[in-house]
Amino acid sequence: MTAAPAPRLLAAAPARPRRRTALVLSGAAVALVLSALAGVWVGALPLPPGAVLATLADRALSPLGVDVPGGLEGTGAAVLLQLRLPRVALAALVGAGLAVSGAAYQGVFRNPLADPYLLGAAAGAGLGATLVIAHVPATPLGPVGLVPLAAFAGALLGVGAALLLGTAAGGSHSATLLLAGVAVASFLAAAQTLVQQQNTDDLRAVYGWLLGQLGRAQWSDVVLVLPYLGAACLVLLLCGRALDVLAVGDDEARSLGVHPGRLRLLVVVAASLATASAVAVSGLIGFVGLVVPHVVRRLVGGSHARVLPVSLLAGGAFLVLADLVARVALAPAELPIGVVTAFVGAPFFAGLLWAGARRR
Amino acid sequence: MSGARVEVVGLSAAHGRSRVLDDVRLDVGPGGWTAVIGPNGSGKTTLLRAVLGAHPHGGQVRVDGVPTTAVPRRERARTLAYAPQRPVVPEGVSTAEYVGLGRTPHRALLAAPRPADRQVVADVMARLELTGLADRAVATLSGGEQQRAVLARALAQQPRVLLLDEPTSALDLGHAQQVLDLVDRLRRQDGLTVLSTLHDLTLAGQYADRLALLSGGRVVAEGTPAQVLTAEALAGHYGARAQVVTGPHGPAVLPLRAPGHDRG
Repeated sequence: MTAAPAPRLLAAAPARPRRRTALVLSGAAVALVLSALAGVWVGALPLPPGAVLATLADRALSPLGVDVPGGLEGTGAAVLLQLRLPRVALAALVGAGLAVSGAAYQGVFRNPLADPYLLGAAAGAGLGATLVIAHVPATPLGPVGLVPLAAFAGALLGVGAALLLGTAAGGSHSATLLLAGVAVASFLAAAQTLVQQQNTDDLRAVYGWLLGQLGRAQWSDVVLVLPYLGAACLVLLLCGRALDVLAVGDDEARSLGVHPGRLRLLVVVAASLATASAVAVSGLIGFVGLVVPHVVRRLVGGSHARVLPVSLLAGGAFLVLADLVARVALAPAELPIGVVTAFVGAPFFAGLLWAGARRR
Repeated sequence: MSGARVEVVGLSAAHGRSRVLDDVRLDVGPGGWTAVIGPNGSGKTTLLRAVLGAHPHGGQVRVDGVPTTAVPRRERARTLAYAPQRPVVPEGVSTAEYVGLGRTPHRALLAAPRPADRQVVADVMARLELTGLADRAVATLSGGEQQRAVLARALAQQPRVLLLDEPTSALDLGHAQQVLDLVDRLRRQDGLTVLSTLHDLTLAGQYADRLALLSGGRVVAEGTPAQVLTAEALAGHYGARAQVVTGPHGPAVLPLRAPGHDRG
């Protein structure tokens, strides 16, 4: 009898009744709402919380013909509606997408160290973005700028190459796929380093992108990624129960009527699409996809039917808060959000590991 | 739910280029228990996986006369249940949830468990004395308890055929007997057909009603335990020195040391 080498970096919570899951799920939802409110409220320009709420309520209810008085006007309204709100929305979307993808990757590869960037998505996106930054002069940084598109395409190409290589080499076995991903990622990372070294003038811009940024978030970014991210997350959430079946092994999944290869492909494609979309608008934000699912597993146990939806909400809340820290920690300067997620996340994760080890 | 006839006809399978099974023929009657025995590497596990449809193979596997390849995957999963030699036990999943996975082929893949599914799971767990462990994480159960949980998951499929790959390999003698007694009781109560591999020849001889001796990828002997378990067969195919003793429920194998060694 072998215990799965399945996600067990942290001792997963044992069986929990459904009530606890409902509690955690609503807790995560509340955390997301509260962090979003904090995200739009805190910033360089102080905005009165009451007026913020009134403005949001007014905007939300205006299609119904309801007018809420006491809202912000002028600069305040512009800061709220054109700067902070899209930024918070984008952070929530990216965090949710990365966390769900990470949980799905960990499940599909039965590997606790899997994260959304595993199969070459990060390296591919990095190469795409670096190529554009280095070779396309005066790249417009707007919503349909070339950098997000190149990063998106690069991420999908990286994962696509890993899938092709892995499938050609050994069918749908998870280990073959992982190794193919490692090969593709190393190759693309080397190519990215080469391009970067030959264009040292652009080093700063490249690094800025690599470390992740949400500073230029606009509504158009949100609109750009929402369809892909939304569709991919929906597919992943629907796959939760099937991933629970896959967790008992390929042969047993097959004996239960699930085709392991097809399921793995579907989940990898959906998770990669979510990751590519997130990377395109935010750069490489590490740690979210790795840590959030592990923390969630501690709370609700190992079943993907529970881990995926809770990760979605918790990932969104975590990244909104991380972005808040990135904005205020060294204000008026901004920290790269990838630095914040690692700085805040790593000690937190270490603490959880320590607590888990002591409890055992 | 009653057992089905399982026929294996001209089955061949390979690992890469090396042929592992060659023209294997088996016929397990409804409600029968055939144990596949054979030395290490004789292809026992591959045979079971091929019958399951998890290993590419030539030839045919028929359940009640219908080739398994002609049946959709989910329908096949409602007929054949499988317990592997080394089950992968997921982390952080309760025993009840684990057993509940057996209901997968009975509902839409995206659907949540229905009350009827919960009832089947509760019944199976009660029969296998797992009710008290329902909320324990299955990964924390003992070897014997995990083996019962795996059996429970297979039974929750409400199959007609149980494919068991070395159901006792991780267990000590007492727990091995408990599990085999359980399988025997279940097949008699439900009329399940059982096709298992068993490396312990005495246990195979005591529990199965027919044995198939696999050697070099071929079935070299098939019949009742008394017909198959002979000192000659053990010498010829296992290279083993053993005496076969006849017990009340079938033959038992007693390994013998080579002559010429005095304990002095």
